[in-house]
Amino acid sequence: MEPAKLDHAARPRAAAVTPETPAAPAGKARRFSARGFVPYGYLSPTMILVFVLMVIPIAMVVSYSFKDNVIVEQNPVFAGLANYTEVLTDPDFLAALKNTFIFITVSTVAHLILGLAFAMMLNTPLLGGVTKAIFRIVYILPWLFTVAVIAVIWRLMLDPSGVVNYILTTVGGMQEGVNWLSDPSTALWALTFINIWAGFPFFMISILAGLQGISPDLYEAASVDGANSFQQFRNVTIPQLRPVLISMAVLDLIWTSQQFALIWMTTGGGPLNVTEMLSTYTYKQAFSSYEFATASASAVIVLLLTMILAFFYVRLQKER
Amino acid sequence: MTGGGTGLHGRLRRLLGVMVAATMVGAAAVGCGGSDEGSSGDGTVTLEFAQWWAPELPAGSFDKLMTEFTTQNPTIKVKLLSGPYASTKQQLVSGAASKTLPDVVGLDGAWVSDFAKQGAIADLTALMADAKYDSSQLASQIQVKGKTYMIPVVNFVYPMFVNNDLLTKAGVSAPPSTRTEFLDAAKKVSALGGNVKGWALPLDTAVPNGIQNDVMSWLWASGGSMLKDGQPDLTNAQVKSTVEYVKSLNDAGVIAPGSLTMKEQDKVEKFTTGQVGMVIDSLAHITLIKKNNPTLKFTVAPIPAEDGYTGKRGIPYASWGIGVADSSKHKAEAFKLVQFLMSEQTNAQLSTLANGFPGNKTAEPDFSTSDPLFKTAFDIYQAGTPANEFVGLPKSEDLMRSFDEQLQLALTGKQTVDEALTKSQQAWASEF
Repeated sequence: MEPAKLDHAARPRAAAVTPETPAAPAGKARRFSARGFVPYGYLSPTMILVFVLMVIPIAMVVSYSFKDNVIVEQNPVFAGLANYTEVLTDPDFLAALKNTFIFITVSTVAHLILGLAFAMMLNTPLLGGVTKAIFRIVYILPWLFTVAVIAVIWRLMLDPSGVVNYILTTVGGMQEGVNWLSDPSTALWALTFINIWAGFPFFMISILAGLQGISPDLYEAASVDGANSFQQFRNVTIPQLRPVLISMAVLDLIWTSQQFALIWMTTGGGPLNVTEMLSTYTYKQAFSSYEFATASASAVIVLLLTMILAFFYVRLQKER
Repeated sequence: MTGGGTGLHGRLRRLLGVMVAATMVGAAAVGCGGSDEGSSGDGTVTLEFAQWWAPELPAGSFDKLMTEFTTQNPTIKVKLLSGPYASTKQQLVSGAASKTLPDVVGLDGAWVSDFAKQGAIADLTALMADAKYDSSQLASQIQVKGKTYMIPVVNFVYPMFVNNDLLTKAGVSAPPSTRTEFLDAAKKVSALGGNVKGWALPLDTAVPNGIQNDVMSWLWASGGSMLKDGQPDLTNAQVKSTVEYVKSLNDAGVIAPGSLTMKEQDKVEKFTTGQVGMVIDSLAHITLIKKNNPTLKFTVAPIPAEDGYTGKRGIPYASWGIGVADSSKHKAEAFKLVQFLMSEQTNAQLSTLANGFPGNKTAEPDFSTSDPLFKTAFDIYQAGTPANEFVGLPKSEDLMRSFDEQLQLALTGKQTVDEALTKSQQAWASEF
């Protein structure tokens, strides 16, 4: 009996509302719904491109990572997490993970310190306009070279009979040259140095823009309060630059973790795997061992690690 | 004003709507297109031919050969997809994976086994039978499980290059012929001082072909083998003797420094600039060396063999091979192009242009205008036997890399030669 009562009670309410709401003409409703699709129409070219160039390839790589003998066999079988287990227990992968961590951490810290130092130098009122312009051009040069050129230049300079060893043995007092890129004890550091050299100008330019945006009033106020140069740097410059520094650092961690060409063209991951990175490990799995399934699993792990960094970056941007 | 603005806004919206619709229709058309790729309405077939050969030949010469082919076969056109070796390889690996290989593909013997296993390249034995092609004229065929998948078009041998000036200066009167003579000569050249060393050994793991060209070549020159019944046999006495010999050269300090990450181009550069006395290198580099250092006096010689060895010396080689994509819709036409390139006249012409040796036994390259060193190398080639056991092996680049890593550990004293060979044997066995 209760449900019948409720039904009965509901009907008059509906009947009462209906006359107050004018019924939309059929043609207008169609126009409204057609207009509702217009924004999606405008977005569709981009959406199609994103779907075809990003969503599909990523989905394919993820699906490959769960199959066995993918691509090389006509009918690959589902392998569950076997590829992930294989990759995560591979000593070469773990070595690559460790090398990548050292490479990106040292590179990012050095980029920040050098970028900040050079930016402050270019922002100082002690230098004239022409001098600053010359330094600005000189400092930004490494960033203008392509990776291939950087690799060739540094391979030649760091060659055992190259210019670096020549200077060190003639002027620097060293008895014999160092095999910078082929000695297992120096190769990773030499490679990291090249990456630092190639990447610091971008930090320098970005931080310089941040420095030029700091109001002189803040320094004036700090000066009136008796703050010395170091205190002004610590309490005015750094807090004002913090959003730029953090964003740049997170982005650099992501970019450096994806570095491939420089490593491939200088050391190829050697000697004795000391410069093997996640990018070169994945490439070798795919294009040398033809193990596309483990290569996909490795790529998915890299994607997940990068997404963690991307998550922090997006959160920082939202906070700003 | 408002009304006018709304009208303009509306027109803009409609215009944008039309553009979006056109874009989507265009995208759909592109997506649906290509169902009859390579064929035109008049029956002309266009073959895609991916290779790294054209950039390595005199400018325009390969296009001329293709024009000649089109003249002989008016219904077949050829679209060349040319690029450097490394990018061609990467492109073909991706194409094989996605079953979108060009109709005709330039191949390296090291890739054949993997492409054949994927079903990416066609069985040429069947195509030869269909075309009633006489395969007896072919110098060699690369087979997997008894079926031909690649035909070597031009072969490039790797003899020993010797810097005459450095050897004379070091008191070595003739190119070394045995391992003992080579070690002695390398020591004398290294003793000259400065940056000069006796030999260069590129062991870069990014492109680990130094194992094939610069290490295993010593084994093949003495008639040795790294295989037994088609399976890896890296622990045999001859392989051990070869690796121990390479280690002895390293221990004697006669190898140019930086070998663990040295690339092939670094080796050529060091020889060209007179920093090393001897290298094992491709004949294809003669022109490059002479162009970069016209005053360098050098010659080519057979790779030294073990003391007392009197048999035929194996000489490493690399090939410009050719194959047909299994996914090609125009296999018969594709094989016509293969036939054209392997014909006596064209093959001789191509070999002359490439400074290589022909894949057709009856073709004779014209050395009349070439450097006399090519004739010397041709004599070495004919006196010896072409040897490259990596051709046709599964994942051959990976095999070279794993051997390379173990050799590097042995050279740096982190393990013995026996350990290196045992570990390499295990790694190779798992690939087979």
